[in-house]
Amino acid sequence: MTTHAGLPRHQFQQDANLTANDGPRREAVRKALGNYQTARNRTGATFTDWKSARNAAATIKHEALNHLDRYLEEFEQKFTARGGKVFWASDSKQARDYILKLAKEKGVRSIVKSKAMTGEEIHLNEALLEEGYGVVESDLGEYIQQLKGEPPYHFVFPCMHLRRDEISDLFHRELGTAQTNSPEELTMIARRVLRRAYVEADMGISGANFIVADTGMISITENEGNARLTVGLPKIHVALIGIEKMVPRLGDLALFLPMLATAGTGQHLTGYNSMYGGPRQPGETDGPEEFHVVFLDNHRTRLLADPEQRDALHCIRCGACLNVCPIFKNIGGHTYGTTYQGPIGSVITPHFRGLQDWKHLSGASSLCGACTETCPVGIDIHHHLLHNRRNAAAQKPASGEGLLWKAFVFLMKRPALYRLATKFAPLGGLLQPLLEHVPFNPLHNWTETREFPQAPLRSFRDQFRAHQAAKTSQAKGGAR
Amino acid sequence: MRVTLFVPCFIDSLYPNVGMSMVHVLERLGHTVEFPEEQTCCGQPPFNSGYWEEARTVASKQLDVFHKAEVIISGSGSCGAMFKVFYPELFHGHAREAEAKALSAKTWEFSEFLVTKLGITDVGARFEGRATFHDGCHGLRELGTKLAPRELLRHVQGLELVEMTEAETCCGFGGTFAVKYPQISTAMAEVKCNSICETKADYVISNDSSCLMQIGGWLDRNVGSVKCLHLAEVLASR
Repeated sequence: MTTHAGLPRHQFQQDANLTANDGPRREAVRKALGNYQTARNRTGATFTDWKSARNAAATIKHEALNHLDRYLEEFEQKFTARGGKVFWASDSKQARDYILKLAKEKGVRSIVKSKAMTGEEIHLNEALLEEGYGVVESDLGEYIQQLKGEPPYHFVFPCMHLRRDEISDLFHRELGTAQTNSPEELTMIARRVLRRAYVEADMGISGANFIVADTGMISITENEGNARLTVGLPKIHVALIGIEKMVPRLGDLALFLPMLATAGTGQHLTGYNSMYGGPRQPGETDGPEEFHVVFLDNHRTRLLADPEQRDALHCIRCGACLNVCPIFKNIGGHTYGTTYQGPIGSVITPHFRGLQDWKHLSGASSLCGACTETCPVGIDIHHHLLHNRRNAAAQKPASGEGLLWKAFVFLMKRPALYRLATKFAPLGGLLQPLLEHVPFNPLHNWTETREFPQAPLRSFRDQFRAHQAAKTSQAKGGAR
Repeated sequence: MRVTLFVPCFIDSLYPNVGMSMVHVLERLGHTVEFPEEQTCCGQPPFNSGYWEEARTVASKQLDVFHKAEVIISGSGSCGAMFKVFYPELFHGHAREAEAKALSAKTWEFSEFLVTKLGITDVGARFEGRATFHDGCHGLRELGTKLAPRELLRHVQGLELVEMTEAETCCGFGGTFAVKYPQISTAMAEVKCNSICETKADYVISNDSSCLMQIGGWLDRNVGSVKCLHLAEVLASR
């Protein structure tokens, strides 16, 4: 689905044509997200006051980002004091090169990886595989996507679009296992492969959900225990983390862990919430011997420098905005063609990968605001889509569109001309049947799938004028 | 009270009955309704497309037109939100910022004006039928209008109001979005209309004619039996 040549906006339109017309898949995704919504409403209701919790979370993230420089240094100091190593990567290449060099120096052969969207962002797996390292994704959904050779469909639920029989087919084809319709059996198949991968791997790679400044630790949230094994078993661990994942204090997690679980999956708390503060310490019996944190900027500081949209960095990647988005539900995750799908992805991708190439994502929204309403950290998501549209048009007006709006202004500034135009509106409706088969019919994109209303012969202003005249003559008649 | 109507361009041309229904309801309640003929468009189409300079020019015209109004009532949550929420942002840091804020402060969506401002929930309407209500996104999330239209409809004699599961889900109109991404817009309309049809309602009512153009456009093409009505049209019936 992501193999098109051409510009991202052409790929988007083409894929949307397919996915928006795939009724069964849309229905399945909608049903799955309906179940999420039910669970989320239930757990959300157990917060004494979700709105206050949300404001508190936004305040904490605001504080963390406002002093990000200080908190990152605080983390580095505490983390390195326990023997951890920190590498600052300005871009994807620096991050990839550091990890590749480390793997080479340490004679690494195989790698196990737990879920990290930063890894997707910098195309880490491709780089590692190209250099001959075996990499196995240990999150079940990610493992399935890896086998399928597809990027994650949703940054929290990577394979939510697949049916059970499709997964069984995939395992049968790739692993030679027998067909089954049982989720438990499918999980056991993956588990057998993954257990071996943990034991064989000499390097583990993870992301992190939070960076905790005051204790110099990272926090990882998961449901399968795979991240614990990924961090715990191999000799070397690398955590690849976007710098915005900061919270100032350990105590902040008392709010953020239940909030992330509630907004992300509708759980009170996810199955496993682990804190890591560095490599194995003297006297400890397990844990990696080396622990590297790679902090990824990759244009995050560019977004941080934008006072209007910097709150987009508050994002805790819960995926709630995708789950409620009517666009996402109807076109699915792959159509976006981005690492981060859905509304938040449409906001940040233009900052990360170029406004002109990715502005169409901000345009592909009805601006319904369901995303903003649901966001647990209060990001003004749908208004930022408007801001991206404004910035894109100011930077480089789309050919044709700029002229169209100039004509529009010309008309709307002149009430007399506008009134004249409304007189012709009924004519448009009468001409419509004739236009139906004309290739340049301006209404084609509407009328192909929907009826267009026939304008009545008398506009409101005509009717109101008649109404006022009738009232006046009535009043005069009464006076007489 | 002297109330000034803001009748968005598409209501003026395509749904004049919506505007006239607002006039009838307000006059029956004893208010004097005026309609400045110089008004045109709120400027939302260029605003939403990113052409804020052009939007400001059109919006400036409306600032002139509605300058003297005491209260402005809009029959569209979306165009109302443009006045109320987006004008202050559009004019932020510009010469007419204060005027934009003043216009914002005196603008009301039709149902909110009746219920919240006037405290009226029963306008003496009578309408026979089974209906479901569609929340227009701008009304719902920009203006926070959820209960007012339902309060009004609950008091309409003969009307049976049933909620659909996707009441708060966008219909997929979104202005120019509907023609720039017709495939997505249509898929969204389908989801919305399926939810409407599940209720077995005869009518779908909304406080936004732009949503109803989308919903009606899809229903007329694919279903045929469910009719769209603006809240004002129901409230004007007796």
